[in-house]
Amino acid sequence: MNHANGSAVAGSSSGSGDDLAPRRNSKRPKYSRFTQQELPACKPILTPKWVISVFTLIGVIFVPIGVAALLASNNVVEIVDQYDDKCVPPNMTNDKVAYIQNATFDKTCIRTLQVLKNMSQPIYVYYQLDNFYQNHRRYVKSRNDEQLRKASQANETSGCDPERTANGAPIVPCGLIAWSLFNDTYKFSLDNKNLTVNKKGISWKSDRDHKFGKDVYPKNFQNSSVIGGAKLDPKIPLSEQEDLIVWMRTAALPTFRKLYGKIEQDLKEGDSIIVTLENNYNTYSFSGKKKLVLSTSSWLGGKNDFLGIAYLAIGGLCFFLAVAFTVIYLVKPRKLGDPSYLSWNRNPAGN
Amino acid sequence: MKRFVYINDDSFQDLYCDNTISNRKYTLWNFLPKNLWEQFRRFMNQYFLLIACLQLWSLITPVNPASTWGPLIFIFAVSATKEAWDDYNRYLSDKKANEKEVWVLKDGIRKHIQAQDIHVSNIVWLRENDEVPCDLVLIGTSEPQGICYVETSALDGETDLKTRVVPSACIGLAPEQLHKIKGVIECPNPDKDIRRFDANMRLFPPFIDNDLCPLTINNTLLQSCYLRNTEWACGVAVYTGNETKLGMSRGVPEPKLTAVDAMIDKLTGAIFLFQIVVVIVLGFAGNIWKDTEARKQWYAKYPEDGPWYELLVIPLRFELLCSIMIPISIKVSLDLVKGIYAKFIDWDEEMYDHDSRTPSHAANTAISEDLGQVEYILTDKTGTLTENKMVFRRCCINGSFYGNESGDALKDVELLNAVANNVPDVIRFLTVMTLCNTVIPIRSKSGNISYKAQSQDEDALVNAAAQLHMVLISKNGSILEINFNGTLLQYEMLDILEFTSDRKRMSVVVKDHQDGKILLLSKGADEAILPIAYAGQPIRLLVDAVDQYAQLGLRTLCLGWRELKEDEYREWSHAFKEAGSTLVDREWKLAEVCQRLEHNLEIIGVTAVEDRLQDGVPETIEILRKAGINFWMLTGDKQDTAIQIALLCNFISSEPKGQLLFINGKTEDEVLRSLERAVLTMKITSSEPKDLAFVVDGWALEIILNQYRAVFTELAILSRTAICCRVTPSQKAQLVELLKSCDYRTLAIGDGGNDVRMIQQADIGVGISGLEGLQAARAADYSIGKFRFLKRLILVHGRYSYNRTAFLSQYSFYKSLLICFIQIFFSFFSGVSGTSLFNSISLMAYNVFYTSVPVVTVVLDKDLTEKTVLQNPQILFYCQAGRLLNPSTFAGWFGRSLYHALVVFLITVHAYADEKSEMEELSMVALSGCIWLQAFVVTMEMNSFTILQHLAIWGNFLAFYFINFIFSAMPSAGMYTIMFRLCRQPSYWITVVIIVVVGMGPVLALKYFRYMYRSSAINILQQAERSRGPIFSMGGLESQLKPIEKDVASLSTSQSKFRNSVCEPLISDSSTATRRSTFDFLQPAQSRLSSSYLRNYKDN
Repeated sequence: MNHANGSAVAGSSSGSGDDLAPRRNSKRPKYSRFTQQELPACKPILTPKWVISVFTLIGVIFVPIGVAALLASNNVVEIVDQYDDKCVPPNMTNDKVAYIQNATFDKTCIRTLQVLKNMSQPIYVYYQLDNFYQNHRRYVKSRNDEQLRKASQANETSGCDPERTANGAPIVPCGLIAWSLFNDTYKFSLDNKNLTVNKKGISWKSDRDHKFGKDVYPKNFQNSSVIGGAKLDPKIPLSEQEDLIVWMRTAALPTFRKLYGKIEQDLKEGDSIIVTLENNYNTYSFSGKKKLVLSTSSWLGGKNDFLGIAYLAIGGLCFFLAVAFTVIYLVKPRKLGDPSYLSWNRNPAGN
Repeated sequence: MKRFVYINDDSFQDLYCDNTISNRKYTLWNFLPKNLWEQFRRFMNQYFLLIACLQLWSLITPVNPASTWGPLIFIFAVSATKEAWDDYNRYLSDKKANEKEVWVLKDGIRKHIQAQDIHVSNIVWLRENDEVPCDLVLIGTSEPQGICYVETSALDGETDLKTRVVPSACIGLAPEQLHKIKGVIECPNPDKDIRRFDANMRLFPPFIDNDLCPLTINNTLLQSCYLRNTEWACGVAVYTGNETKLGMSRGVPEPKLTAVDAMIDKLTGAIFLFQIVVVIVLGFAGNIWKDTEARKQWYAKYPEDGPWYELLVIPLRFELLCSIMIPISIKVSLDLVKGIYAKFIDWDEEMYDHDSRTPSHAANTAISEDLGQVEYILTDKTGTLTENKMVFRRCCINGSFYGNESGDALKDVELLNAVANNVPDVIRFLTVMTLCNTVIPIRSKSGNISYKAQSQDEDALVNAAAQLHMVLISKNGSILEINFNGTLLQYEMLDILEFTSDRKRMSVVVKDHQDGKILLLSKGADEAILPIAYAGQPIRLLVDAVDQYAQLGLRTLCLGWRELKEDEYREWSHAFKEAGSTLVDREWKLAEVCQRLEHNLEIIGVTAVEDRLQDGVPETIEILRKAGINFWMLTGDKQDTAIQIALLCNFISSEPKGQLLFINGKTEDEVLRSLERAVLTMKITSSEPKDLAFVVDGWALEIILNQYRAVFTELAILSRTAICCRVTPSQKAQLVELLKSCDYRTLAIGDGGNDVRMIQQADIGVGISGLEGLQAARAADYSIGKFRFLKRLILVHGRYSYNRTAFLSQYSFYKSLLICFIQIFFSFFSGVSGTSLFNSISLMAYNVFYTSVPVVTVVLDKDLTEKTVLQNPQILFYCQAGRLLNPSTFAGWFGRSLYHALVVFLITVHAYADEKSEMEELSMVALSGCIWLQAFVVTMEMNSFTILQHLAIWGNFLAFYFINFIFSAMPSAGMYTIMFRLCRQPSYWITVVIIVVVGMGPVLALKYFRYMYRSSAINILQQAERSRGPIFSMGGLESQLKPIEKDVASLSTSQSKFRNSVCEPLISDSSTATRRSTFDFLQPAQSRLSSSYLRNYKDN
């Protein structure tokens, strides 16, 4: 019985039985460093010298970078003005949602921004939304890139639910993102002179060139019963609707800034800028904040101390670790690879 | 349940299948469904299929379904292709076999037809060197005695020629008569027992009377054997196609699961549970957030009341999002690296056996890790520890001892003189040696006679007799010719009372043609022969001789002789034939009949045959024992021989360092008492540094396994060493089973057919491709040429495989968890709505490409050099105890992935806040962070870097950027221009660098601290190895050396008590060997010298 089992393996392919023996005989393994697992290898080990110098080196590199990053961030001048509450008339503060949803109210609002430091051009104008989930699963997917790119694909509205069609016709651009386009507007004046805000080139060039068609025009947009955000001029192709393009670069986080325009003019300390804004966009229903941000920029981008502080902290920590390891090493030296540390050498009965 | 085959009668041929052989698993039509069905029997695959199907529902899928379907289809395609390719090859070889032309008798004339058209009852003609196409009952051969020779190696792996005989009813039929033969063969339904064929044949008139002629396996030609040394043979097809003995025994043995695989499965299960919990929690949170917050968010436009399944949508989304927690790539990576481990074993030059010119071979590619976790080795003795090259050393004939320490019996002048002087006892002794066997003499063209023997013992005896001038020249049917000192003697072989492991003896009945006497010649183990000696024979001396020889580690056989009276034989012969033709319990009945004849023997003498230890056995056992592996020796040999061999190969130590506990007894009570005594002793002495071993014989073991399993299990756990003698194959398998049931990893090593069951039963079966054929090697998972390769197989290949798999599998989970945690964190920033941060392409490429390629180079990783491991075998403990892959190490990796995910996510979110928080950019920054981190994790965990590792790890970076540049250049891709933009931003690089430092800094610091101040043995050896080259654990060596020498000394003194100085060669052999093993570490060159010296010494 067992013998039969034994040959079961052997007989599993009847043809191989007879050629197995000769093949085995001639099959001396060919020598190569790979097959013998003898490829030359370097084997770094964690010696104190090596580890301590790595930490020191990290410290040495990180601290200057941290300083540079912090300086860059500090050099950025930023004016932030939260206007969502301020631009609601005092009598409406109890029901902001009703105020914002009522089209008959005048939404104009005047804000004054003080320039605390000299700002050199270009000065970026951002609007910042808080607690706005552009990354929400329902929202972020609700678009159709094909439709945006090609005029011939105007009927392609898959994925755009629930803003696919209005009155039976497809919407261009379809989807929730386009539908909820931000529609506050800002006008700036300094010393009673208009500050021109350049709204050209605020979006990615690649988007204008390749993602939004030059021959795709808004169609049937904001025609449904509920109007979301801004309306689009049906005569301007999507590739030139830069506010839309910027808006449709969805933000990954619920707090985000989007470029509104650029002020190509230096601002001096003490200047006060009058902003005339149209407060149209509804953030009240979900208690989101709206902020207007004027900011210069550095090689690292906008004002963000995080990287600088992080680099400084980590650099310092690495220095500390390096010092700590050195001290431990000096206080309690340990011979590397002493076989007497091996448990079976310490305790002969152990084996 | 019988089959009646009417010879050469076509009318019944449709009753049975034709001779089409099919080894195929699939046909063209059922391939796809059947293959898919087989693949989907695995839980992992079912899981992935479920995920992939869920992804087709666009409402819930966070990513493109392709990200799961792609890898899934790829994995399935790979395994399906492999299956299909194997099946195609099987088809081709089947086709070749099926279309082979054979001669078959049709309508009275011989015709050439294809093998597949043979039907049951056809008469098939074979010529020399033809392969037998189906199972045949032999009815005629070219040899006048009606015998033919077959090679059965394809069937049972035994390379010797076997004799097959024409049934008595058909002997002497001329070929023309065979064309007309009619009759019926009554045979059992097809089975897979290649050792049995209990059938009957009755020929129809006019051939012979209606006598029933019994058939045995010796009357058959089985499929896949070859006809040798015979001009032609013909037979009746009885089993065809897949119903042949070979066809029935085909089958895939149960796949073995390694401990590592079981652990991975367990961890997968745990991760799966964790995933379910995460999904439920997040699903709840998501639904609550949706109802409280999202309804206020007008831009999300949640409908007032959704469909009935609305509550399920968010949990299902999270299920999909979290599905990557279980890495789809792990199966592919593991299969790949396991294949490479197996190849490394095949390729290993140092495991190439120069003597038999066989490389090692890993037949089972999936269980290499288990080699590193072996806890028990159960080894056969003969052919495994010993060379199984039997040499006739000593003999004792009628009270005189021949052969001593200075020379073999063959060179003993006294014996030679006795032969020359025709001393009757010596002549009878030689006659039994020459005749009482199943050896086939083969005369080559040059006139030399060589012997084909099934047992090495018989071979040694016949050769020894030939050297003493009693030469077996030929065996023509039942006529044996012997040339004794130039005189030709003829004997007629009347009956063979075959050897079975139960009877432990064999006998032949021969008729001496010189004087017409009928003789019973027997040989067998002492306990099987001595009890049947005639009353009053002084057997005291023989018992002494047997004891002495056994003390020397020699295998003894007692030879006996009895003259039979004519009528006694005739009467018995009738009963024997009758027993031989029974269909039920034939073996038992035969044994009983044999016993009736085998009594009142005159015991002529004792032969002692040496079975030399293989090279390097003591060292290997010593090293593996130091590695914490327990050895059990399971042998069919007698107790004394087994103990002696065990002493010689460091298996056990002699007094006072070691102690043997004997468990024996004839009755259940006795056995139980000695068993309990052994357990008690074992417990008392467990604190002392004493090597305890228990010895149990087959008889006691039978009782124990039936009655006292629990006590024995206790003993088995306590004892590191055991010797089980006189055990049967099934007992070997039972012992393996017993150890396995105690949750030990067992490795069974053996070389013969009797080890096959144990090899298949054990977690790992190793076969020695030795002289007893390839049967064991074929059934085994690994076949090696020599026992000493076992240490390399376990310590080098097993250990590396375990280490590598441990890292690879945990790393696979780490990287999947890493990206999954990031997704989970992101969901808290995206309104718990189940948005995926990463796009489909990145997710897919991350799992199957970016993170899978570098880590596969772990197959080249070596934490310690092979030399260090072999010198410090204790290090295997880490693998045995599963120190590198267990829930707590896994928890470490889990924690690391959580920490890394936090680092990546928080740094990315803060560095890319406000105006930079664009979805695609942020996701690429996070992905880059993961890629960088994982590359450094691999670097940190890898111990040695060859060029391939460098290529894979750093090349992977280039590949990552290259691939993303390509996607960034495609306007239709979602991430158009993203990578170009990012690479131009200093903040991107700064962010990535700080992610790496924050992620890896603590890992490095912790690892360094552990490495320096909490170092494991592996660390110490690594440091030692690299700071000043190879390490010699001197302290350990010295302390080991001393006891061994003491051992040897005590061994030799205990020896000399018995036999003044007889045992010199064996003892000196072992002590040199031990000393050699210790010097090996220091002076390899000298050890080579000393070993060659040793060989010379042996040759002399």
